[in-house]
Amino acid sequence: MSMFLSILIAGILTDNFVLSKFLGICPFLGVSKKLNTAVGMSAAVIFVMVLATVVTWPLYALVLVPNDLAYLQTIVFILVIAALVQLVEITLKRFIPPLYQSLGIYLPLITTNCAVLGVTILNFDKGYDFAQSVVNALGAGLGFLLAMVIFAGVRQRIEASDIPECLKGLPITLIAASIVSLSFFGFQGLAQGLFG
Amino acid sequence: MAKQSKSLMGVFTNGIVKENPVLRLTLGTCPTLAVTTMAFNGIGMGVAATIVLVCSNLVISLTRKIIPDKVRIPAFITIIAGFVTLVQMLVKAFAPAIDEQLGIYLPLIVVNCIILARAEMFASKNKVLPSVLDGLGMGIGFTAALLLMGSIRELLGNGTIFGLSVTAGAIDPMIVMILPPGGFFVFAMLIVLANKLSGDGKKASLGCRGCPSASRCPGAGACDTPAAKEGDDQ
Repeated sequence: MSMFLSILIAGILTDNFVLSKFLGICPFLGVSKKLNTAVGMSAAVIFVMVLATVVTWPLYALVLVPNDLAYLQTIVFILVIAALVQLVEITLKRFIPPLYQSLGIYLPLITTNCAVLGVTILNFDKGYDFAQSVVNALGAGLGFLLAMVIFAGVRQRIEASDIPECLKGLPITLIAASIVSLSFFGFQGLAQGLFG
Repeated sequence: MAKQSKSLMGVFTNGIVKENPVLRLTLGTCPTLAVTTMAFNGIGMGVAATIVLVCSNLVISLTRKIIPDKVRIPAFITIIAGFVTLVQMLVKAFAPAIDEQLGIYLPLIVVNCIILARAEMFASKNKVLPSVLDGLGMGIGFTAALLLMGSIRELLGNGTIFGLSVTAGAIDPMIVMILPPGGFFVFAMLIVLANKLSGDGKKASLGCRGCPSASRCPGAGACDTPAAKEGDDQ
């Protein structure tokens, strides 16, 4: 149990995907201007991350590895994620329209979100079993949500402040990201401290 | 003829300076921030991505009339993933040190927006030779930006460039520069500099213009830049 908790906390706080691994920077900078879009995007990311892990883990461990096809990992995973995103989009549109309204518009953007492919590959790099991988995906997704929500708040404050002309736009956003990322260093060693 | 060769030259240099994928179009920010802790890593990543970019642009340009419009994005991704796998195997075999340094970011070249964006915006609409040159130019621009950023971060954070001591211990290195916060900060400063030097008053902005999914994205308005309304940059 403590193993799962430590994976979860590592994903959310200490090894935050966005702020310490630099995965999923594009949506982090692009869609974080408003709180509701930030939350919508993050929810879609969490959903697809967990689903992609549930599908890719057995596929890799039970199909690719026994057939000596492990080198096809990258190509198979990205195709699975692309197909999955399409499938989820169609299913939501057909059966759960309200959820489609709130998540659907972010789904096409997720195929090329490196955080999703990143988490499915990292699961194997770290040697997690199936349950650990799913928890890792959930933690990574929640970490993405946390970073997005915090950053959306920071950006709303930036909007209202007086910024030197040359820093307006992307540069000030990046500097803010730098400071938010610095603040996450406060969590360093937390997981080991709690469960080590 | 002279005009044509000039425009080919323009296509080639476009990616290096005027539309530098990292500093002007702000594409591929993830690897830019992640691997530039050392100048050497920057070059490794840049060269790997350039090979993929040139090869995928070549193949996509060759097949642009065969691939149906509706399935073009999955087709592009498959082609790109194929070349990434090739590069991955080559790097593992001949440069295991780079493979170790780049780690997960090597397979993640698949989802590097630069490559998909060039496929969608350029290679799928142009002849083979310009597409290859565009890939090469963009790749060199990407490599140059990574090298620049890697050198700055290595110099400030470790006092070295390419592992050679520069400050000779005279200045205490600022370790934060090779940590994630330093990555964001150096990137911000480089963009300020690029905005200043470009002099055309057009700021680098992150948004739908560079996003390869923009054409399929019904929520394109959710991205936050007015650049989205400018349309295609071709």
